[in-house]
Amino acid sequence: MTSAIEMVDVLDEPRAIEGRSPFSLALRRLRKDKVAMISLAVIVLIVLMAILAPVFAAVTGHPPNEQYRDLGLTPDGLPRGPNGTFWLGTDDLGRDVLVRIAYGARISLLVGVIATAITVVIGVVLGLAAGFLGGITDTILARLIDVVLSVPFLLVAIALVSVTGPSLTVTVLVIGCFSWASVARIVRGQVLSLREREFVEAARSLGAGDRRIMFVDVLPNVIAPVIVYTTLLIPVVIVTQATLSFLGLGLPPPTPDWGGMISESQNYYTTAWWFILFPGLALLVTTLAFNLFGDGVRDAFDPRADRT
Amino acid sequence: MAMFLIRRIGHGILVLWLISVAVFALFFVAPSNVAQTLAGRQGTPETIALIKHRLGLDLPVWQQYLHFLGNAVKGNLGYDYYHQVPVTHIIGQALPITVSLALGAAVLWLALGVFNGVISATHPRSLADRGLTLFALFFYSFPSFLLGLLLLYFLYFRLTLSGFGWFPAGGYAPLAGGIGPWFQHLLLPWVALALLLAATYTRLTRGSMLDVLGEDYIRTARSKGIRESRVVVVHGLRSALTPVVTQFGIDLGQLIGGVVVTETVFSLPGLGQTAVTAINQQDLPVIIGIVLFASAAVVVANILVDIGYAVLDPRVRLH
Amino acid sequence: MTDVLLKVDDVRKEFPTHSKEVVQAVAGVSLEVHKGETLGLVGETGCGKSSLARCMAHLYDVTSGSVWFEGQEITKLSRKAMRPLRRDVQVIFQDPYGSLNPRRRVGSIIGDPFAIHGIASGNERKKKVQELMELVGLNPEHYNRFPAEFSGGQRQRIGVARALALRPKLVICDEPVSALDVSIQAQIINLLSDLQREFDLTYVFISHDLSVVRHVSDRIAVMYLGKIVELAPTSELFGQTRHPYTRALLSALPVADPDTADSREQIILGGDIPSATNPPTGCRFHTRCPKARLDCTAEEPVLEPVLTDKPDHRTACFYPLTVGEDLSTAVPDLKAS
Repeated sequence: MTSAIEMVDVLDEPRAIEGRSPFSLALRRLRKDKVAMISLAVIVLIVLMAILAPVFAAVTGHPPNEQYRDLGLTPDGLPRGPNGTFWLGTDDLGRDVLVRIAYGARISLLVGVIATAITVVIGVVLGLAAGFLGGITDTILARLIDVVLSVPFLLVAIALVSVTGPSLTVTVLVIGCFSWASVARIVRGQVLSLREREFVEAARSLGAGDRRIMFVDVLPNVIAPVIVYTTLLIPVVIVTQATLSFLGLGLPPPTPDWGGMISESQNYYTTAWWFILFPGLALLVTTLAFNLFGDGVRDAFDPRADRT
Repeated sequence: MAMFLIRRIGHGILVLWLISVAVFALFFVAPSNVAQTLAGRQGTPETIALIKHRLGLDLPVWQQYLHFLGNAVKGNLGYDYYHQVPVTHIIGQALPITVSLALGAAVLWLALGVFNGVISATHPRSLADRGLTLFALFFYSFPSFLLGLLLLYFLYFRLTLSGFGWFPAGGYAPLAGGIGPWFQHLLLPWVALALLLAATYTRLTRGSMLDVLGEDYIRTARSKGIRESRVVVVHGLRSALTPVVTQFGIDLGQLIGGVVVTETVFSLPGLGQTAVTAINQQDLPVIIGIVLFASAAVVVANILVDIGYAVLDPRVRLH
Repeated sequence: MTDVLLKVDDVRKEFPTHSKEVVQAVAGVSLEVHKGETLGLVGETGCGKSSLARCMAHLYDVTSGSVWFEGQEITKLSRKAMRPLRRDVQVIFQDPYGSLNPRRRVGSIIGDPFAIHGIASGNERKKKVQELMELVGLNPEHYNRFPAEFSGGQRQRIGVARALALRPKLVICDEPVSALDVSIQAQIINLLSDLQREFDLTYVFISHDLSVVRHVSDRIAVMYLGKIVELAPTSELFGQTRHPYTRALLSALPVADPDTADSREQIILGGDIPSATNPPTGCRFHTRCPKARLDCTAEEPVLEPVLTDKPDHRTACFYPLTVGEDLSTAVPDLKAS
């Protein structure tokens, strides 16, 4: 080009940051957050425990569902406390608590991740559609969201599972089918305000269609709060699954699962404290770690000087 | 304003109607052997058919639904399958228990949460703040059933063993039998329920207060020489409490259906437990009645919260 | 007769409000944009120039009237049918901070037109984008940066690059320099002029700043409350101003020489701009016009040439100014005719 266009002069010099996306900035902040990093380490440990559950079984020599009626129970038929053979004691059927906790981690994490993933995908897509397309789509979806959010979750979940029978798939589906509504509501709100922004108008002036604008222009602006919400959603899902399990609607026995173990321990809490304590601790630590990490993620994306 | 109210109520009714359709549809997909159970082991096919007819189960689904809807609008939610007790009566019996539980816990968690939140916000990054934040985070992560069980273990079992048997193992003592026993039986459930929610409210209040205290008008108030406590309570709290009150309304509404776990752990025959029993027995009218009632509670709570918003912020009314 | 690139025929644009009233943003505007020219569109905030611009680009659906581009009516076209035409009509927006998606990289933003119309992809697209960046005075190495890393003037350059990607015929510039510092304004205006020469572009240049518009435009249209009150070639608008509103705008322009500034007429319009939901009867300017008479309240004046003017100088006024008329001493008299 041989036109006489002035080159950018010194006053116009861009700041010397090279291609720093909001995500890499947030990631940097997260890495400096000690509490969040420790929680992440704990989460990794729990994941490892879940993956290596068969190792636990191999090392102790006790498969998770094996009932040791002689070795594991007292002559009165009560569980034995932590000892050399059963490091965390046994449960009411003489099974190794430690090994069952390790296997139980699988269920909690699996449901936590899968149900959350389903929830977020459905919620984001529907929230985008409702907020952006407006009109009848929005009216129907907004009403649907209202209905789902007004229904008493636990009651209906109990009812549903009692009809279909407990299973992993049902648990995941039930949780997913209710949780998407809160995600969708948040996304919809964000999209409604983003829709009026000038860069959306600019995209239209270029000839972009609805779908392209939704996914290429609007979605990246919505992703940040979605990520924060997702990390905070996982512990909620884990607790929900444990609660359903506790009420007898989790996986069919004898599959080891933290909520189920705590439920089984109810009758023995006077005699076998380890039976309730260790699964309870596992659940608590997992939830705590995810919550702390989620807080860290939230602060990394939206740092405010006053918040600790 | 009237238009706004009418629209919101209309919206609420629509939501409730949709829920009734969904719940009804759901249960009719499920195979039901209520008639079988009622007839007993000796039940002949004729008896079963008779029972089915008596309960109206042999009519097509949509007819049963319309029948139900017609009655519901008149205030009659049907009769339970097993003892022919009016569902409204069943709800009426279970409701005071759930309400006692919910309201008592609500007072506790609101007071605790707001108080802690304010302390945290007015002394940011201090030892108290960090301690309370940690406390809040800890209980926020605590599954409610676990907390209930642990409370039972430590405050009922251990305490009773040591001779101080003040807390009962569970069950409910109606108010009519005296405040003492009523209180005694509800204290542990209240604490179990409240600690968890107090944690949420501590975080919420803290965040909201921090935002408000950073505003210019607070600085103006301070520079006018007003006492700090007055600044915080009168000027700061008033605006900071708005999101808290909103959340409170929503939570209270959802609580009616959400206390299932606590009622189960502490053997309180409230709405939650009644519903679970009904579900196990496939007692459809009771299930639908309670689910609708709980949903109505949520819808009403949401409407009240929206009204509150409209009162506080006139711009909402124009929408 | 030069080619008419864009024709606006009695376009009206109304916006509904919460109550039963409507905002009449554009209240019957007709004009033509000729190929190769720069048509300036001037007016104060709220006069409807941005709405008119969006009607021209078919970003709004008009309430009534029609818009023609290269002889084809585009008013009723569906979004799909409009798409190919979007390559020919482009918009440069006012807000350098709002018109770029903060979460997308600049290379991707400028590359949008190529992606949307399926013209180039991959490395070829990147090459074209970098050429565009150089063209508007940006460093092509900054392809992967985010808008937040650029200054206001640079962001506006990005907007220009995006608009020019597909070599449009008509570019509607909606207050392109209003949000920039004065020293940067000059750079962008010069850039736009250079590009016009190089690529044979036609501009509609919208601004509230008459001095900027004077510098770039061949013809200028002055808008007030949704209507055009005067339309003329630039020199004539300034030399033979006919409409009282135009004269008032001119008298408010800053003048460098303090002596000249003191000695010229000061026309200060009374009152506020009337509401667009309930415009004044008759001539919309009569409530503030120093020369208003009774018949100004009854009928709306038509945009047509004053007797002694050439046909390309049109005014909408019953009592247009004569050359040398002193408006500062005029007094409105709504009882007399």
